[in-house]
Amino acid sequence: MIRLTSITRTFHMGDQAVYALNNIDLRIESGEYVSIMGPSGSGKSTLLNIIGLLDKPDSGTYELDNRLITDWTEIEQAQIRREKIGFVFQTFHLIPRLTAAENIELPLILSGIPAEQRQIRVTQALQAFELLSRAHHRPAELSGGQRQRVAIARATIMQPSVILADEPTGNLDHKIGTEVMVLLENLHHSGTTLIVVTHDRELGARAHRQIGMRDGKILTDHRNDIL
Amino acid sequence: MTFSDTLQTSLKTVISYRMRSLLIILAIALGVAAVIMLTALGNGARNYVINQFSSIGTNLLVVLPGRAETSGSFLGAVLGQTPRDLTLKDAQLIGRLPQVRRYAPLNVGAAELSAANRLREVTVLGGTANLIPIRHMKLAQGSFLTHGTERAAHIVLGAKIAREFFPHSLAIGQRVRLSGNRFLVSGVLAAQGESMGFNTDEIVIIPIDYAQTMFNTTSLFRILVEANHHSDIESAKQAILETLRQSHEGENDTTVITQDAVLSTFDRILHALTLAVTGIAAISLIVAGILVMNVMLVAVTQRTAEIGLLKAIGATSMDIRRLFFAEALWLSLIGALLGFLLGEFGSLLLRLAYPQLPAWAPVWASFAGIGVALITGILASLFPASKAARLDAVQALSKK
Ligand SMILES: Nc1ncnc2c1ncn2[C@@H]1O[C@H](COP(=O)(O)OP(=O)(O)O)[C@@H](O)[C@H]1O
Ligand SMILES: [Mg+2]
Repeated sequence: MIRLTSITRTFHMGDQAVYALNNIDLRIESGEYVSIMGPSGSGKSTLLNIIGLLDKPDSGTYELDNRLITDWTEIEQAQIRREKIGFVFQTFHLIPRLTAAENIELPLILSGIPAEQRQIRVTQALQAFELLSRAHHRPAELSGGQRQRVAIARATIMQPSVILADEPTGNLDHKIGTEVMVLLENLHHSGTTLIVVTHDRELGARAHRQIGMRDGKILTDHRNDIL
Repeated sequence: MTFSDTLQTSLKTVISYRMRSLLIILAIALGVAAVIMLTALGNGARNYVINQFSSIGTNLLVVLPGRAETSGSFLGAVLGQTPRDLTLKDAQLIGRLPQVRRYAPLNVGAAELSAANRLREVTVLGGTANLIPIRHMKLAQGSFLTHGTERAAHIVLGAKIAREFFPHSLAIGQRVRLSGNRFLVSGVLAAQGESMGFNTDEIVIIPIDYAQTMFNTTSLFRILVEANHHSDIESAKQAILETLRQSHEGENDTTVITQDAVLSTFDRILHALTLAVTGIAAISLIVAGILVMNVMLVAVTQRTAEIGLLKAIGATSMDIRRLFFAEALWLSLIGALLGFLLGEFGSLLLRLAYPQLPAWAPVWASFAGIGVALITGILASLFPASKAARLDAVQALSKK
């Protein structure tokens, strides 16, 4: 469970303060599928970064699984990112000199998992995301859809409880983008909390809960009827 | 992240930036190789000089007229004003000292040697039979002033002179003229080449009485003295000085140089020289260290987005710091080891090219070269690694 209370995040441009997040209250239950929409600069990425422990709010409290994140040390926060959170980015953020398999393996290395186990899990992930034939290709040799599949495989290899995707389809055409969304939704179906930032109304409408943002504030919070 | 995974991951990074890594490794390797080769060269030169100097005699003391300002330095003798002459009588007194095994008075001059329609200027040593063994010269043939012929007008020719004057016949038994005086060739020196700037192949040796007559002098150029034992050298020196003081009416107007003292002076000078040259070579390692720092800083900038990603997927600041640190460590380590091999190989080439120069690098030089390379590499990577670790994850991720 994610619970944000009165979260504010301010950036200073010269002597001007920009409220990226302005007094946000938000509660997301485990296993929810949430889309966040809104114009560029409305604070969507900042919200995601704070949920993912990459950024810290200036004020307000954030509870994750009933614990205040301020109770955790930097090392513990890194461990939570490693074990509970999976990030998917618009620009994939694959390491160009590593192969698809090596990129997927990274979180396992960071967690200190032995090499033999890493091999098994990476192979399983490659299989699950239909990347086996691309295992030893570098990102430059992969298509956009394949790159995002590698990134999703990397985000899920540690079996996190929350997937945070920041415009995961932004660099993909409609057809491939939809395929990627289906992959993410499959993860949700197996119980993962899925939070997706998107510009695409159609894709955003697929989520069970849609949050609309503007100027650092949540304007709308709409739930589809679950069929 | 485990220790071995950190090392493996950073080694993979080193390998994938092939060109960059190669250049850095080369810079470090050249620095280490320079340290090793220059110490090898310095050490070789030192051993060469010591060997040469040792080859002119054993437990040798040289008595020369004129007083040195301080013992152990012969500058005073060189610059000395008008010292009392050394005489044959002085030499005989020295010969009676218990610490002295043997002695050889010496006169040196130049004269014209003629025989078999040839004529040339030669350096003439006037000496006694002992001159040859004391000075470690060897006779290839014949003898010099052996028992019964002490007063004979005999001459020993240097190897090259013997070859020049008597290319087709045996030199021994031939008659030559030196400054118009007749001499009988009684021996030929073995070819020894130059040692300490003195070529024994182009000298002639005659009995000291003839030399003194020829050069119209009663004073000696030097007295060469060989002490009984190495341990007698210092007391022999004091005894000689005392003997000569008495013989010279209480004046301290002679200088005794011991081979030992000169040797250790040379040894010290060349050792210091080697260290200085090594120090200069070590500076190139500091430069390589600065290069490592620069390359690692560039790497941090280039890989900013990657650092952000690593943080997003759960790397701690310590993980990032260690990864960059390990990368620099690999570069330094590989560079240092390659440099060690290069340096040893270069020294080997030096020894092959100049066999008389024993260019072996001392063990400390190899350790120092490798050590300085590693330490500068490590120090140079501390700042870039901590810069990488301190990067803000969100800002790093937004870098292209
Ligand atoms: N590092 C930063 N420095 C200054 N301003 C920032 C920074 N990050 C975000 N902002 C500002 O905060 C606001 C929200 O940004 P962001 O969360 O990236 O919006 P979105 O993802 O919805 O486009 C924007 O006005 C943006 O300019
Ligand atoms: Mg954004």
